[in-house]
Amino acid sequence: MKKYFKNFMKYRHLLVELVKKDVKLKYRRSYLGILWTLLEPLLTMIVLSVVFGTLFGKDEPTWPVYILTGRLLYSFFSNSTKATMKSIRNHGAMIKKVYVPKYIYPLSSTCSSFVTFLISLIVLVAVSIVLKVHVTYYVFLAIIPLAILFVLTYGVGMILATMSVFFRDLEYLWSVGLMMIMYTSAIFYESDRLIKSGYDWILKYNPVYAIILNFRNAVYYGQGFDTYSLVYSTGFSLVTLVIGLLLFYRKQDKFILFI
Amino acid sequence: MAKAVVDVKDVTMRYNISSQKVDNLKEYFIKFVKKEIMYNEYTALDHVSFQLEKGDRLGILGLNGAGKSTLLKVIAGVQKPTEGSVSVAGRIVPLLELGAGFEKQYTGAENIYLYGTVLGYSREFIKEKYEEIIEFSELGDFINVPVKNYSSGMKSRLGFAIATVVEPDILILDEVLAVGDAKFKKKCEAKIQGMFDRGITVLFVSHSLQQVQRICNKGILLEKGRLIASGMIDEVAALYEEKTK
Repeated sequence: MKKYFKNFMKYRHLLVELVKKDVKLKYRRSYLGILWTLLEPLLTMIVLSVVFGTLFGKDEPTWPVYILTGRLLYSFFSNSTKATMKSIRNHGAMIKKVYVPKYIYPLSSTCSSFVTFLISLIVLVAVSIVLKVHVTYYVFLAIIPLAILFVLTYGVGMILATMSVFFRDLEYLWSVGLMMIMYTSAIFYESDRLIKSGYDWILKYNPVYAIILNFRNAVYYGQGFDTYSLVYSTGFSLVTLVIGLLLFYRKQDKFILFI
Repeated sequence: MAKAVVDVKDVTMRYNISSQKVDNLKEYFIKFVKKEIMYNEYTALDHVSFQLEKGDRLGILGLNGAGKSTLLKVIAGVQKPTEGSVSVAGRIVPLLELGAGFEKQYTGAENIYLYGTVLGYSREFIKEKYEEIIEFSELGDFINVPVKNYSSGMKSRLGFAIATVVEPDILILDEVLAVGDAKFKKKCEAKIQGMFDRGITVLFVSHSLQQVQRICNKGILLEKGRLIASGMIDEVAALYEEKTK
């Protein structure tokens, strides 16, 4: 254990450099640069609010915030798992030449997606102020679902990164999986609709929804956590992380033969 | 007897080469159902053992496919041997395909930090050595240009400058001395020669027998993964010459 920690300390500079690189390069060639991190969720929020709000006859003034919270968390999950999945293959040239603890690459992908995600939360703050969402002290608790989401995303990313070294078409499969998760996470519809229809188990077993729900509780509804969702998402995320780490650890020596 | 700096113990490296490369789920599934997954085992290194002491300069000889590059990868820690073990004491720096790890969109300056941290240096340390690296690479103002616009010579110069800014204990050279123009080549050779004089350990792979004999004092000869000779470079080189006739 101590050995791993020492190795991590030696390569922490690399982790920082890789995260910086991802964030920097993402917007280097674009005219508006890092502003896109803010504009993109804002624009999708407007589109989704119009389609699922105005056109569906909803006139709640804070409805866009409901959509935005779900949409921001989901897109972090989606972007990050997709980037992490490719991280081993993208750094193939490096892995073949210099020894570096390999988990640094997927970790840096997840971290850099998380950094862009945190920046994009500025939009949420701004929109909440403009639409006059009632904010309570519970807002500080929002950090907990975000931490759980990070663990879940990294765990899933590690599993995908390991598997996609051996099976490249996993990318296409995962985008279908992500679509399923998107539609079952109550991002742009109210969860009551599904609960009333008798399909509430879909929401019950979806860890991403559980995290979104508690995030909304903290920043949108201004109330405490839903205990079941909190326990379920924490447990699910930790188990996923352990599986991801074990799988990665056991297969990492074979990566070089496939990349 | 001095302590071994590089200790390669009974290393065997085996690959499973499937007759056709299966790298996606669809094909894997179809082949699995049709029971068509077959593996050919290929032994790249077969129970190779040797030791190096501090200051040894080892030339690794062998025909193409003898397992030289695999051996270097195993020693560099990039690949794990199927059997056996490798222990290395000290900082190891591989000079393999210089500049292959550069990020193309990044400028030279940014790549110094990126590549430096890949080699395990801290940011503060790189900052200290930053000027020295730029000076050695002779890139001048080009340092602020994205690496994708570099010529291959410029890339190798920068790669060499970063990799050798710290004196390694063990240096791995894989046919890299053919870097840049004649002037820079001389500069590189002088730098490497300087390191030799201070007694670093070197592993060197080259097909140029003269170069190997000039640089190295010890040699090993590989044939189809097996170590068939080891000893003083001149004896091994003579044997190699006989083999290639």
